[in-house]
Amino acid sequence: MEFMAEHQPSKVHQPPEIIVLGPPSVFKLYYKQFSSRFRVLRPWESPLSLPRFLTAEAQNTQAALISDGIRLTSAVLHHLPSLRLVVATSAGINHIDLVECRRRGIAVANAASIFSADVADLAVGLLLDVLRRISAGNRFVKGGLWPMQEAYPLGFKLGGKKVGIVGLGSIGLYVAKRLEAFGCAISYSSRKEKPSVSYAFCPDICKLAANSDILVICCALTEQTHHMISREVLLALGKEGVLVNIARGAVVDEKELVSCLQSEEIGGAGLDVFENEPSVPKELHELNNVVMSPHCAVFTEESMRDLYELMCANLEAFFSNKPLLSLIPEE
Amino acid sequence: MQIKSLWACIFNRHVKQTSDDTSILNRYWKQPRPSEFLSQHAQTIRAVVGNATAGADAKLIDALPKLEIVSSFSVGLDKIDLTKCKEKGIRVTNTPDVLTDDVADLAIGLMLAVLRRICECDKYVRRGEWKFGDFRLTSKFSGKRVGIIGLGRIGLAIAKRAEAFDCPIKVMDALGPSGVLINIGRGPHVDEPELVSALVEGRLGGAGLDVFEKEPEVPEQLFGLENVVLLPHVGSGTVETRKDMADLVIGNLEAHFANKPLLTPVV
Repeated sequence: MEFMAEHQPSKVHQPPEIIVLGPPSVFKLYYKQFSSRFRVLRPWESPLSLPRFLTAEAQNTQAALISDGIRLTSAVLHHLPSLRLVVATSAGINHIDLVECRRRGIAVANAASIFSADVADLAVGLLLDVLRRISAGNRFVKGGLWPMQEAYPLGFKLGGKKVGIVGLGSIGLYVAKRLEAFGCAISYSSRKEKPSVSYAFCPDICKLAANSDILVICCALTEQTHHMISREVLLALGKEGVLVNIARGAVVDEKELVSCLQSEEIGGAGLDVFENEPSVPKELHELNNVVMSPHCAVFTEESMRDLYELMCANLEAFFSNKPLLSLIPEE
Repeated sequence: MQIKSLWACIFNRHVKQTSDDTSILNRYWKQPRPSEFLSQHAQTIRAVVGNATAGADAKLIDALPKLEIVSSFSVGLDKIDLTKCKEKGIRVTNTPDVLTDDVADLAIGLMLAVLRRICECDKYVRRGEWKFGDFRLTSKFSGKRVGIIGLGRIGLAIAKRAEAFDCPIKVMDALGPSGVLINIGRGPHVDEPELVSALVEGRLGGAGLDVFEKEPEVPEQLFGLENVVLLPHVGSGTVETRKDMADLVIGNLEAHFANKPLLTPVV
């Protein structure tokens, strides 16, 4: 049976009311536009604690827009008795108590796969940067060093390399499609084998690493994937291997990664995510075979605009009793 | 077999080793007094090995009456006087195909680096600026129109990669203020002073440049621009490809002096 969020009609001639928790970056970027389409409750502007604010202001609020920095627990939900819809601004929803939402009849919508191209593009960009020393070369030329140095160190070819993708969801598939065009051979590891793809399935992460020149982490962070990329996996990847992480910092044992990079047990790394953002291990700053970005894989003008439009479309569908665009189905 | 040849430029270790094996001599770029050196050795030099920055111009060709073959460690031939070589029956070879993938890869790498500000992001993290806030929004690459000037081997390889990012390939017309120029061909293809002022004045959205008019000189006005990524002519600069190129250069020389068909003749 299809689950459809049911909106109870509110007062006439008033824009529908939503509560924003976070606030998420997309809300800050599109503040004016959101505020003109909805009546927005903004707890962060209140001196009251969140529970007190919700009790005072949000007892009739039916829809919430929430950033992935907020843990939507049963304690929070308890203070939102009229809530029927949660709109998450990320693809991942491990910060939301889905079971509790189901129990209360609250529908959850997420960002689906609108970011996938941008995240995959950054994965490829970081990889090319590590292999071909793009950031290092840029520093070299802009530092005025080219006329003084005879030979610049060579990089490494991407074509023909074996790529292991960890997690073949939407992002993993986009990464695979792009790297295939560069002449890479693709294998993957995932919770379940995907019979619809032609790539080689390798359930054992260590074996995948041992058989790959490049490992790209594209999986969700769960209890099972926490520190999945261990010292053992890194050593299997090997001295010329490159790790790219655009998923979540904690999927990789960061201490071991730093140690392997320093002792040259692996060849290089392209990292958009870290265990304790915005802190990044100082040891990485000195390394020319590491390229880092500040967790910004989804932060392009286009993705933020697409996200804004999707969030509004979900909210407006809810308030018109129409089907949501990116409802997370019950499993 | 001893082949007396003139090496116009610097090579990597692999080529040097191979050349030592076959007793190829005369590292021209190391000579403090080049014209003296030339007159001393003019009667014995039968081959010249050049690259993208130093080749065989008319002056050099005239100074070497025994010259039979110019084997270039590059695919570009702009540093070789081809007409003069044809006139004098001098053979010319280059290194096509083996570097196509690397140059195309770098072109895409530069596009991503510029649009997604990857070098700036890396700098942002290294400087500890992330603690004070997120980096600003960048531009999506997937789906953008990619214009390619020159649909030869490299151009086609770039098109193939760009298609995997759902980028439509377009016939080139003028770039506007949000346009990004990538040059992995040759510096002189682009009017460099005009390019520099367009970037400095914000008339062009950005640039990724691997080649320049007078390498290794690079206009310093570009150094401070965060929408510009500069590389020291490394289009084919991978361990794998430079080895393949070196094998072609040596292979061509050996074929010539053994009276066998050249591997990759141009003239």
